[in-house]
Amino acid sequence: MTSIEAQVLQPYKYGFVTDIDSDVVPPGLSEDVIRLISTKKGEPAWMLEWRLKAYRNWLKMAEPHWSNVKYGPIDYQAISYYAAPKQRPALESLEQVDPKLLETFEKLGIPIEERKRLAGVAVDAVFDSVSVATTFRETLAKQGIIFCAISEAIREHPELVQQYLGSVVPHNDNFFAALNSAVFTDGSFAYIPKGVRCPLELSTYFRINASSTGQFERTLIIADAGSYVSYLEGCSAPVRDENQLHAAVVELVALDAATIKYSTIQNWYPGDEAGRGGIYNFVTKRGACRGKNSKISWTQVETGSAITWKYPGCILQGDNSIGEFYSVAVTNQRQQADTGTKMIHMGKNTRSTIVSKGISAGHGQNTYRGLVKILKGAEHARNYSQCDSMLIGDQCGAHTFPYIDVRNSTAIMEHEASTSKIGEDQIFYAKQRGLSAEDAVSMIVNGFCKEVFKELPMEFAVEAQRLLGISLEGSVG
Amino acid sequence: MTEHYVRDFQAFVSNGAAGAPAWLREIREGAIARFAELGFPTMKQEAWRFTSVAPIAETRFTLASAARSPLPAAAEIERLNLGAGPRLVFVDGRYVPGLSSLAGLPDGVYAGGLAAALKAGPSGALARTHLARHADWRDSAFAALNTAFLADGAFVHVSAGCVLAQPLEVIFVATEGGSDEPKVAHPRGLIVVERGAQAAVVETYASLGDGVHWTNAVTEVVVGEGARVEYYRVQREGRRAYHVATTQSRQERDSFLGLHAVTLGGTLARHDITTVLDGTGAELILNGLYVLGGSQHADHHTVIDHARAHCASHEFFNGVLAERAHGVFNGRIIVRPGAQRTDSKQTNNNLLLSTEARADSQPQLEIYADDVKCTHGSTVGPLDPTALYYLQSRGLSPETARSLLTYGFVAEILGRMQRADLRERCDRLVRAELA
Repeated sequence: MTSIEAQVLQPYKYGFVTDIDSDVVPPGLSEDVIRLISTKKGEPAWMLEWRLKAYRNWLKMAEPHWSNVKYGPIDYQAISYYAAPKQRPALESLEQVDPKLLETFEKLGIPIEERKRLAGVAVDAVFDSVSVATTFRETLAKQGIIFCAISEAIREHPELVQQYLGSVVPHNDNFFAALNSAVFTDGSFAYIPKGVRCPLELSTYFRINASSTGQFERTLIIADAGSYVSYLEGCSAPVRDENQLHAAVVELVALDAATIKYSTIQNWYPGDEAGRGGIYNFVTKRGACRGKNSKISWTQVETGSAITWKYPGCILQGDNSIGEFYSVAVTNQRQQADTGTKMIHMGKNTRSTIVSKGISAGHGQNTYRGLVKILKGAEHARNYSQCDSMLIGDQCGAHTFPYIDVRNSTAIMEHEASTSKIGEDQIFYAKQRGLSAEDAVSMIVNGFCKEVFKELPMEFAVEAQRLLGISLEGSVG
Repeated sequence: MTEHYVRDFQAFVSNGAAGAPAWLREIREGAIARFAELGFPTMKQEAWRFTSVAPIAETRFTLASAARSPLPAAAEIERLNLGAGPRLVFVDGRYVPGLSSLAGLPDGVYAGGLAAALKAGPSGALARTHLARHADWRDSAFAALNTAFLADGAFVHVSAGCVLAQPLEVIFVATEGGSDEPKVAHPRGLIVVERGAQAAVVETYASLGDGVHWTNAVTEVVVGEGARVEYYRVQREGRRAYHVATTQSRQERDSFLGLHAVTLGGTLARHDITTVLDGTGAELILNGLYVLGGSQHADHHTVIDHARAHCASHEFFNGVLAERAHGVFNGRIIVRPGAQRTDSKQTNNNLLLSTEARADSQPQLEIYADDVKCTHGSTVGPLDPTALYYLQSRGLSPETARSLLTYGFVAEILGRMQRADLRERCDRLVRAELA
């Protein structure tokens, strides 16, 4: 093992378990379980119907296996589809939240006490299957912004949920999206009214705590005409020997001249060095630029999970709409990632930019898979894609599978990719100037990812750099 | 629709083809069984996502039989505008010595029909070492079908250290078989260039009529240690022809292979090129050009397999798509574990000349070694309006400006062909196509 590799093998820092009484539904999936979840959430009948429709579709679907990742069969009947910390119903203030929960989020560095907040960030904290606290709701409500748990939105704002839920990712979109539609428990909902620029960063923090559960969250963000919102999600889970499934769905809708910026820092438990345990992160994320001049920008930093399998995409329907995708994916030890984006150009003068940086170390396998599709009506569409991979160590792999489908001759599409080893000459130079090998590598890696980090909100860019440092620690020599 | 090929196979085995050696008969039996198992690919399969072979699968093609095909006149071959060097001519896959000429071949070079070569002792033994050993028929229904009907083909063997100065022409012509039924031919090529030898081979595929026919070709190219091979492949079949082809090469250490594929003809063309760099220090130039119009569809799938360390590969594929043409490119670079110091570059550029034209491009990198330099790039777009404007400001008409820029795009590929004589010939062919 080279000293770079030796450096990567650092323990996962968020692997503690919170000892808290949980209300867990026994493992297994059936219509009864879905009815139970729906009842627990106090949902209206139309929601239950929608879930059951998704479930019946899911039964007919086969689990897909086309991705470049390997894992053992998943027993969907061994997963518990609902887990919630036991507490009094109907919380009125933060003081009533179980202190253990507050402590958990405190330990994770997530400020749910508003006093200690990170300046300008509103947080929705999700623990297993339920949202435990949402901060700054009043501040946001003054501007007409709705930011709450999706289960609450289903009860309080059914007209918005009914209009948009499943309009970007239909309940039968794919195997995991169908499963999510049937059993999703919580997640965030945000609605930004016309012409409002959201004054705070909205943020959701997902925490898996209970064992043998899966997390199935659902996020829906609607930016009405002329509005702007920046949203960030973060996640972590305890260290366990078993694999846990996380199958989320995120839907974004941007109307005329609206902008949504969606950032993810994914740090689920990646499993140990032998590949035992870890989260299967099988996620469907998609945004629709419905309106003219709208814009959706995805930024993701993927450092955790045993397997990451997701393609946040943009459907560029409105003329002059813009889609962006910035990604850093790190695979270390036995981690596998098959991630990328889909840009579907439908409207005129639509533009998309893809910048993907993959870093593989240890035995990690990192795949970029992306689709750029320019349809017939997308006059003067423009795409630029860049996918770079860096390899640290000789046991890892980096793969690039872009799909490019152009059906309009006025469109211009460019794709570039490169794969190379971390520059020995650069390490040598940095060492010669007095830096340690680790510092040199971290500097080179940060420089490699800079284009993506600069897209993150400032506080999280710092967080991401630190996370990257931890993920790669021990991989340099 | 696979059953009638199996029935045709029974008939093929029972007459004429029975003279083949036992080892070949065994391979054929395996191949037809595999074909029956695999069936024709569908668009649900990843490798066939953008190409439907339904028109081939749904047509009842009967095996072209050279015995019944009327032989073309020598003048018809001359019209194909070939070089003056030695040539092997095949009609519907069968070697025709009368149209071929082998004058001027140096000692140490064997060129001729496979059927005859298999019967003789030494050449038969040579063929056995390589034939159907490289092009994998277990994974491809089309290669399996070709292998099942393997009876004849081109066999070129260049002994160690031998230098073949003039390019050797291999011409596969398809006739319409003298009947109304659409015919299929399974041309086969085996080119073995031994250690330290040098050779240039040009394969041309052409139709003599303009009717519907199907060519299902397989060529294997083996390049020995330190050998240098230039292999050109020109596909200029009729506008109603179906053309499916597999080209497989294997290179040993310090060898060089320049593989140039030009696709101009066919209504539906699919070409799978797989190259294996199986010795350290091997170098490959893979150069491709497709110029399509009308409703032509051409699909190129290339695989460059870096199996050993210190190899270099440079791949350039350009496509010009006019009218309703559809070009598909899928290029995969694999760097195997341990293939350190690999230097691999891949580029696919597509020029769309009409709003109806379509291009799909899938460059892929699959890398399992860390000390490598691999890049790929892909572009799709129309002619640069500023370049067009510039040329017009210098007094060129819009048409001339367009054709000059289009030619420039094509010339990028032609410029990489190292043999001047063959480059000029391809240049003439492509210009005629663009005009």
